Amino acid sequence: MSTITYRDAMREAIRDALHRDDRVFLMGEDVGRYGGCFAVSKGLLDEFGPERIRDTPMSESAFVGAGIGAALGGMRPIVEIMTVNFSLLALDQIMNNAATFLHMSGGQFNVPLVIRMATGGGRQVAAQHSHSLEGWYAHIPGIRILAPATHEDARGMLWTALEDPDPVLIFEHSGLYNKKGELPPDAGSVDIDHARIRRKGRDVTLITYGAGLWQAFEAAETLARSSIECEVIDLRTLRPLDEATFLESIARTHRAVVIDEGWRSGSLSAEISARIQEKAFYELDAPVQRVCSAEAPAPYAKHLEEASLPSAQKIVAAVEGIIHPNG
Amino acid sequence: MAEYLMPSLGADMEEGTVIEWNIKPGDHVKRGDIIGVVRTEKADVDMEVWEDAVVDRILAKPGETLPVGAVLAIFRGETEPKPPAPQPGEAQPPAPAEVEHIHASPLAQRIAKELGLDLSRIHGTGPHGAITQTDVENAAKAAEKPAPEKAAPERTPVDVQAGMRRAIAAAMARSNREIPHYYLETRINMDRALRFLESENQKRSVRDRLLIAVVLIKAVARALNEVPELNGYWKDDRLQPQESIHIGLAISLRQGGLVIPAIHDADTKSLDELMQAMSDLITRARTGRLRTSELTDGTITITHLGDLGVETVYGVIYPPQVALVGFGRVVDSPWAENGMLGIRPVLTATIAGDHRATDGRRGAQFLTALNRLLQEPEKL
Repeated sequence: MSTITYRDAMREAIRDALHRDDRVFLMGEDVGRYGGCFAVSKGLLDEFGPERIRDTPMSESAFVGAGIGAALGGMRPIVEIMTVNFSLLALDQIMNNAATFLHMSGGQFNVPLVIRMATGGGRQVAAQHSHSLEGWYAHIPGIRILAPATHEDARGMLWTALEDPDPVLIFEHSGLYNKKGELPPDAGSVDIDHARIRRKGRDVTLITYGAGLWQAFEAAETLARSSIECEVIDLRTLRPLDEATFLESIARTHRAVVIDEGWRSGSLSAEISARIQEKAFYELDAPVQRVCSAEAPAPYAKHLEEASLPSAQKIVAAVEGIIHPNG
Repeated sequence: MAEYLMPSLGADMEEGTVIEWNIKPGDHVKRGDIIGVVRTEKADVDMEVWEDAVVDRILAKPGETLPVGAVLAIFRGETEPKPPAPQPGEAQPPAPAEVEHIHASPLAQRIAKELGLDLSRIHGTGPHGAITQTDVENAAKAAEKPAPEKAAPERTPVDVQAGMRRAIAAAMARSNREIPHYYLETRINMDRALRFLESENQKRSVRDRLLIAVVLIKAVARALNEVPELNGYWKDDRLQPQESIHIGLAISLRQGGLVIPAIHDADTKSLDELMQAMSDLITRARTGRLRTSELTDGTITITHLGDLGVETVYGVIYPPQVALVGFGRVVDSPWAENGMLGIRPVLTATIAGDHRATDGRRGAQFLTALNRLLQEPEKL
């Protein structure tokens, strides 16, 4: 086992993909000489050269569109958009082109494109740079949405995504890049179809993804001291949702709390709650709870931003609202 | 939110049957409103509401027999918002709220159905008082145990009589078992009181005429002002005198048995008000329409058996009260006064006192005060 950061794991994944397949290249703002705005691609320009590590002009729509064209042309592009905040400029390309081509062409043209971007708040970069819009993207049929929370997934999801014949968006929570973790030397690709139970428990199911996983772990530790055993589910793939895993878990725990950094209204957590209600209604012993971000533009002030985001404490409170310690 | 519980209408009441509701969810009720009727072993009693509120939910169905303290209905404050509607999947039929939605988790509902348990009989401990899996499982466990001795055979109106007898038996047995009674007796010259009554009644229409009982009630209330130790309860091993004087009247019912509704604040009511209150109580006691507060609030009891020819009453105290005043018939008797023998209308008044709470001296002071007050009836 080696101790590495989430960023290192991601870089290893890109490097591995570039080695494995000549059709793979990385494209985006500052990915080359600067090494990526989160330093994920640092050193790759030297290793692979400017043909495969391509700095682009500051036009998300243009370089995402170029990525779509390259994918249609037989390449396997990895397009990096700095953050989800700027992806809105490329939303038309993603939604109207990448997601629809297969359908519009009557099944003739797949778009084997991978788009990576950072997401999430908590870094005091204010309202325009703190969005968590992966839930929006998970609304769109025709694309697959991944949210690697662990080092294993940061390392392993990219290759499987590149093998997918259709567009895949990978959301990397910016708060995770510096997180240290262990990875076996032979770590390789992982499936991108299934959620994982990351912690077993009998009393309540915590459903989350991305950075929320680590808050859920912290909450589960706290609650374990009051003899409340949380089962923690890492969704991993936000579209298509692996509902079987969380429904099966709820059939055992009979209670659920969904943790989602997006705004509550119309969120991914709303979708998950709805599915639980539709498919596990008679398993529920308490209303499904949600821990989401405050419905306001992200505050800049540190204490306000902290108050607006999900946290382990809020998860603990949500659980205690539906289950009494020792009872 | 406030829970309206099955009232305890006497020390020995253990359960009651909801007979009817006068309210439905959404109704605004005012303090003192009669919201329904509950049948106890003794009588049908009107249920009063204690504060202004809005009816949120009714949990007990008419005909249901529930233990004292069971939640019958939920009220919310006038300004409190209506709680969120039940989940859409559970949509209720819009209008008549006769069958109330029971808050139980879907899982609890499923398990209860599988086990054949009635959710309305299960107490919820979950979020917002909802019935949870644990509640149903506990109820199932309880149901498995051999029925406890008082597992309530379904009561029908027919055995209300038997029920009342049992209730009286329990209260009186407890009284005689626990309360060391002392008895004091005095004879009271009622000459002035009767003449006062006569002159008062001449001022009134037949309908408004006063009975001697009213004069006696007022005199008892005033005497209690002077000897407050006899007005109250023995609870938690100590005497707890009560500030308000609520005089319980033992009223025998035609079909047998008795109830003891109270006249509230008897010391502050005028004779006419007392007369009105008494007739009202007697009428309603005999038609079985007493209010909860009237049955529970008595701080002392008067038993008046004079109309049946009894001269002296030695009563049994109604726990947790600490005294009972007995009145017999007013009898023309030889009476020595100023060295002369004459005939006077004489009433024998007794007091039964709880010797744990007071000593004979207090009882004597009370009877003395009572006698004095009845010699100046115009001051009552």
